[in-house]
Amino acid sequence: MASQRRIDIEDLGDVTVARFVDKKILDENNIQIIGNQLMDLVDVDGRRKIVLDFGNVEYLSSAALGNIVKLNTRLKSVGGKLVLCSIRPEIHEIFKITQLHKVINIQGTQDEAVAGM
Amino acid sequence: MPMSSATSFEVTIPSDTTEGLRVQARILDLIALHGFSERDTFGIRLSLEEAIVNAIKHGNKYEDAKVVRIAWRIHDGELYVEIEDQGAGFDPADVPDPTAPENLDRPSGRGLMLMRNFMDGIMYSEKGNFVAMRKKRSS
Repeated sequence: MASQRRIDIEDLGDVTVARFVDKKILDENNIQIIGNQLMDLVDVDGRRKIVLDFGNVEYLSSAALGNIVKLNTRLKSVGGKLVLCSIRPEIHEIFKITQLHKVINIQGTQDEAVAGM
Repeated sequence: MPMSSATSFEVTIPSDTTEGLRVQARILDLIALHGFSERDTFGIRLSLEEAIVNAIKHGNKYEDAKVVRIAWRIHDGELYVEIEDQGAGFDPADVPDPTAPENLDRPSGRGLMLMRNFMDGIMYSEKGNFVAMRKKRSS
């Protein structure tokens, strides 16, 4: 059974902008689906420059962070790049508490993130 | 006007994260009634998610025969939550520091740190299958 798409994709040249559909990335089942869809962008579609847009996201859990870390590691391993953008302050605090802002590129707006590629 | 008397609830749920989300919703409804701020609510929701998923996934290992007990109350503007699973427990001191440079690329192990940051207090039982958390309403 095909799982519902949890990420909207937009291509801007060779940059892929992936936008979360969900406001709350909390449910374990959803997180598993999102994780698979993110990895497919690299492993199935062969995308290498990905901007992950958090504009819709109001909540996320540590399991969701795990998916982003995995995607970042995967992209690095194939010479690609991940940039995050449009993160609201509460979510940004999560990245700072966990110090992930030191290993993951976070920009302000989507335009800044695309330019940063 | 927030009530000053204690309001207590207790439920037992199967090892199913969808059931966990239902309990979260009940607790969030209650703190809304008691005037907790958006920022308080953000941290409480995140901490509940982490603790309940830990109990179901790592504690009970999704076993059908095991349940999770969740109790909560609000008294004098403070939320207190207990979550107990039927697993073998764990020692929080054994969880590696996720912010250590060698652990930053690890996909897991950040939940406990987030709970400690967003709640005012976190206490584990000696066995490690019971956690109590508290959060005072911001003034």
